[in-house]
Parts: sequence; structure tokens; C-alpha cells
Amino acid sequence: MPPDRPVRIGVGGPVGTGKTALVAALCRTLGVEIELAVVTNDIYTDEDAEFLRRAGVLDPARITAVQTGCCPHTAIRDDISANLAAVEELEQRFRPLGLVLVESGGDNLTATFSRGLVDHQIFVLDVAGGDKVPRKGGPGVTNSDLLVINKTDLAPLVGADLDVMARDAEAKRGADRRVIFCSLVDDPSAADVASWVRDRLAAPV
Amino acid sequence: MNALALLLADGRFPAGGHAHSGGVEAAVMDARISDDASLSSYLAGRLATAGRVAAGLAAAAGSGSHPVLAVDLEAGARIASPALRVASAVQGRQLLRAARALGFDVPWKELHHAVAMGAVARAGGLGPTDAARWAAHESVTGAATAAIRLLGLDPFTVWNAVAALAPAIDELAASSAAIADGPLAELPARSAPLLDIGAERHACQEVRLFAS
Repeated sequence: MPPDRPVRIGVGGPVGTGKTALVAALCRTLGVEIELAVVTNDIYTDEDAEFLRRAGVLDPARITAVQTGCCPHTAIRDDISANLAAVEELEQRFRPLGLVLVESGGDNLTATFSRGLVDHQIFVLDVAGGDKVPRKGGPGVTNSDLLVINKTDLAPLVGADLDVMARDAEAKRGADRRVIFCSLVDDPSAADVASWVRDRLAAPV
Repeated sequence: MNALALLLADGRFPAGGHAHSGGVEAAVMDARISDDASLSSYLAGRLATAGRVAAGLAAAAGSGSHPVLAVDLEAGARIASPALRVASAVQGRQLLRAARALGFDVPWKELHHAVAMGAVARAGGLGPTDAARWAAHESVTGAATAAIRLLGLDPFTVWNAVAALAPAIDELAASSAAIADGPLAELPARSAPLLDIGAERHACQEVRLFAS
């Protein structure tokens, strides 16, 4: 990883799994200790910016929205031009940054980030998507640096067996690749994920 | 058929083009495109205006007869809409960056899109005809693809309409190359007011799926 620029971490995963909420939680938790900025491919409105400002998550000036032309997977993987330009512009404008988060638009299990755009990637699933999803695999489940299984507080309500999900995720990913079970209802600070991010920032170049 | 020309014009070439709709999102928002027939008319009109202008600029930049920055000034003068000037500059910048990644000698950081196409074509050993054909092709195919995504139009029908424009694209390539060495002020300058107006309205929309 080059020492002369901030660490870039992608946050991807299917629609509705809680990527935006996780990004907001990470900004709130880490923003006091690290200079950060966000590029989002999600549809981002003035209302969203106002929410973030009022919640004290991150100065909206540090968030850039990038349009993907109805191709969320293309923008993070096959043709990263616009996202890369947005990341570099934020890094220049707010230097020195420690971390840039890139949030993809919600897509399906096959969408992952290009190594040309991010240094590490977090793939977010949620229990309400069904406890069989890790078993299906796909590049996000299998190859992401961190798999987050989100909204664990809903598991009893949707009949999701977390042990099954844990076992299936490990079978797909191997024992070395991290899986974190997360609930922003139980822990709004996303402490485990934030800790994983801190470890990435501290890792030797 | 030249392999490099094909590569550069390939819709998958990573120069950020997929996020630009060629004015289609604006036209859809304003209900000017809603079906196959309205899209066909739009594509023909776009080729005859913005496409013709782009082809002329690309040919001039690709000819080697003019300083590239002089062609770039002419390009800016032909884009009335500030939003379209920004979109052109963004796409030009992204294309130049991608070309440099391929080892092309294109030292400009920013050029208008059509001018960048000409400069990149020339750096790749292609001539003004190829440059013009690329620009004309781009003016139509980007728009057609966006319409497929936004409206769910049958891709076979849409590409039928695109293919119907192929002879006009070839003619435009040839006629653009024929004047590429001539005075820059005489390059095509056809305007399409609805493209300009649509672009300004589009830029103000809070929710846009495409950058332009």
C-alpha cells in the first residue's frame, strides 16, 4: 500500500443491507481520531446531506456523490474513472486525509470493488436477506476482506440462524478471512468494524 | 478494421463514459423521449448537431495541422451550456488519463471530450477520419445505451436504430476529415437548443442517475 496517500476502503453489498448506516456509524466513531471523507455511489439527496450534518456524522463537504449511469457495479469495478477522480479530488482538497470510504450503490452478490480503486473491501449482508445467502457465495461473500453480517437484532424476527450463517461464511471464506456480526441497534458505534478499520490503517506499508 | 480504433471506441473502455447519457436522461425527464420512435428521432438529431460538431473537432485535433489547445478553444466556444462544458471537460480528462495509462503521449491534463478523442487518436497512430468516426459513434451509442437503461427499451430495436445511422456516421467521418486541415473557425457549429436547455435543467435535478 503506498504511504503517500490515504487508505481507501470500499463498502459494498446488496440493496438494503445497511451500508449507508454502517458508513455513517464508522464516520461518527472514527471521525474524532482520523481525518476522513466519503465517496458515495448511492443516490444522495439534500435531505441525506442535511441528516448527516444534523447527526454530526461528517461535514457534508467531505462527501461526494458520484452518478453511476444505472450501472453500480461498473462504476466500482469495470470502469472506475469517475470514482477515482472523486476520491483523488477529496484527498487533494482535504489533505492530509487518513481514510476515504467508497460506498457502492446497492447491487447484487456479484458486485465487488476494483483493486485499482480501493485497498480493502467490506461486503455487507444482512440477516433479513435470508440465512442462506452466505452459502450462495459469490465474489463479495468469498473474497471481500471483511464480511459484515448486519442487523443481527432482526434474526429472531426473520427466522435467521446465525450459527448457520457463520458456518457457511467460514466455509466460503476460510478461517483467515474475517466475518463480523453487527447490529447498529445494539451497538450504534459499530465498534468491531471500526476496530477492524483501525487495524487496516495501522498495518505496515 | 483497425484494432486500436475498435478498442478506443469500445463501450467497455474505462474512460467513465457509462455515466453520461448524451442528454437522454434530461430528455426523458422532460418527456421528449419515451419510446422507440422518439429515441430514433433524438439520435438522428443528436448526430446531426452535437455529433457533427464533435466529429469536426475530433478530426481537427487528430489531423496534426492545428495546435491542440487552439482546437480546444474552438470546442469550448461551441458548447453554449455550462453544464455541458463541464461534462465535456470531465469526459475529456478521464479519457486522457485512460490513454496515458495505455502509454499514449497525451500530456494535456484537460481537453474537451471531442478534442481529447482527436488527440488520443493521433497519439495512437490513427488519423482524422478514425477520430471523427469515433466522436460521431460516441455521440449516438452513449445516448442509445442510456435510453435502454432508463426506459427498458428493447435493445435489439434500439440497436436497429443505431445501425441505421451507420452510413451517416461514415459520411460524417469522411466530410469531417476533408476539412480537418482547414481554418478552425469553419468547423461545424450547429447548435441544438434543446440539448443545451435540457442539460441545464438536468444539472439542477436533485436525483440524477447520470452525470450528464
